[in-house]
Amino acid sequence: MIEGLAALYIFMLAGFTGYEIISKVPVILHTPLMSGSNFVHGIVLVGAMIALGIAENPAQQAIGFIAVLLAAGNAVGGYVVTERMLEMFKSSGKKEVAGEKK
Amino acid sequence: MSILIQATYLLAAVLFILGLKQMSSPVTARRGIHWAGIGMVLATLVTFLAPELSDNPQAVTNYILIIIAIAIGGGYAYVTGKKVAMTDMPQMIAMYNGMGGGAAATIAAVELLKAQGEVARGAEPTSMLQSIGLQELSPHPTTIAEAMGVDITILAILGAIIGTIAFSGSIIAWAKLDGRLNTSKLLPQQQLINLILAIVLVGFAIAVYFTGEMMPIIVFFALALVLGVFITVPVGGADMPVIISLFNALTGLAVGFEGYVLGNAAMIIAGTVVGSAGSLLTHLMAKAMNRSVSNVFFSGFGTTQVASSDAGEGGGSMKEIQGQDVGIMMAYASQVVIIPGYGMAVAQAQHKVWELTQLLTEKGVKVKFAIHPVAGRMPGHMNVLLAEAGVPYDLIYDMEDINADFQNTTVTLVIGANDVVNPAAKNDPSSPLFGMPILNAEQSDNVIVIKRGRGTGFSGVENPLFLLDNTRMLFGDGQKAVNELIVAVKEL
Repeated sequence: MIEGLAALYIFMLAGFTGYEIISKVPVILHTPLMSGSNFVHGIVLVGAMIALGIAENPAQQAIGFIAVLLAAGNAVGGYVVTERMLEMFKSSGKKEVAGEKK
Repeated sequence: MSILIQATYLLAAVLFILGLKQMSSPVTARRGIHWAGIGMVLATLVTFLAPELSDNPQAVTNYILIIIAIAIGGGYAYVTGKKVAMTDMPQMIAMYNGMGGGAAATIAAVELLKAQGEVARGAEPTSMLQSIGLQELSPHPTTIAEAMGVDITILAILGAIIGTIAFSGSIIAWAKLDGRLNTSKLLPQQQLINLILAIVLVGFAIAVYFTGEMMPIIVFFALALVLGVFITVPVGGADMPVIISLFNALTGLAVGFEGYVLGNAAMIIAGTVVGSAGSLLTHLMAKAMNRSVSNVFFSGFGTTQVASSDAGEGGGSMKEIQGQDVGIMMAYASQVVIIPGYGMAVAQAQHKVWELTQLLTEKGVKVKFAIHPVAGRMPGHMNVLLAEAGVPYDLIYDMEDINADFQNTTVTLVIGANDVVNPAAKNDPSSPLFGMPILNAEQSDNVIVIKRGRGTGFSGVENPLFLLDNTRMLFGDGQKAVNELIVAVKEL
């Protein structure tokens, strides 16, 4: 599917993207953003589902089961926690942020 | 079908990036997490259609197992995530992050075990055609690297190391922040032991690559688990946010690597984005504390605390003050700066602090909030709590913006903060905090410190600020103390 150099390009471009996203974030949003990025790597759930889905014997199924269990916890927990944090920014969200530097 | 799946993964990746982008501004932040959430749901649903899953002879069992695992893992996280108090947010993030790292590591484990199975079966000529899912095998794989391919094996092993360390390390970080683990000392010569352990781990990683045996794989994962514990236990105090952020970045990286192993573009993109964003965030946090990331990792923060707390004795004494006097002092001040710390979070005093701020503002006092980059347990922790209480952003200042302003400040109110206002960081080279930028609270006319007791802060370092002539201590629970101040100001 995705091999060799093509994957290298994806790694590189995705790396720059991540750098760009965070370099313009005010300090005030660092914790929600860390939590949000924590949610985003919950995409490991997709891989865990495949790992369990291709398992052929009970040992592989057991490990795959753990993978899906953990990944689902990462994804759901990351979402709930980030949601709750960002909800608080609702009321005063229109005001400009002090310290926009970083 | 395959096109649909790939297109959906691409869409999910785009939604993740746009979502994270929107999360970097308070105005659009909520929309951002919703977009990312939609991406996650789409990617998860479409994965059920993947041919690798439906073509497996075990398909029915596996589908059921997947649904049960999602229900249990997701259900647990949903309940705990909804229930957890805002103050305990950092350890929950550490916990969920650890789960993600563990998932990445277990994916690697499944892949390595499958390859090991290929090698074991390769010895029997009859079952050679049954290689499922790995079409490009050489006919007789004798090592895991031959069964999986060089690039995939290397990335699977790297992802396994990183993911496993992030897993066990995050669990330790969670336990420490949650107050379940208070020790910072595990073994003598911890750094040396860690180094040796790391070398042995690399040795076993190479062994996994070059052999097709089961044993090295098991030892390899066990060693990585132990290493994660060993490097996290000595880290303490103010360094904790850096560690959580670093593990977050590491998990992202591990997810990206395992994405390559599985040929999954969504995982590669999302994982790598988080890996680089998290690395930069970690670097920014470490810089704010004037510590390099390697310094945080390899020099236990707690190791020098015994010596420095001895040195702190006898330099003067703490002077107590009553809440009523503080209230009067603040009501007639021209400018009040409030420095919140973790103590405010523990006491849940942020609502009272905002009430006090409104009262003072009515009386014509200028009130500002000064936030140190690492106040609390995570960067931005205090901002979240103050936002919860309804404090508008324009009253909240970063360290660089307010430090010059302390000279014009009548009263600085320190609530539950300690290390971030410790002047020893500026003038005592022997202090473990030396070099960390701090808020210049000591430059204001009066400093009022609200504190539960006379003990040292989270880092265990004595604070000379408390002994200064212009400092007064208001002992007590943060919320009660601020309430006293509110009553005092109202009475005027």
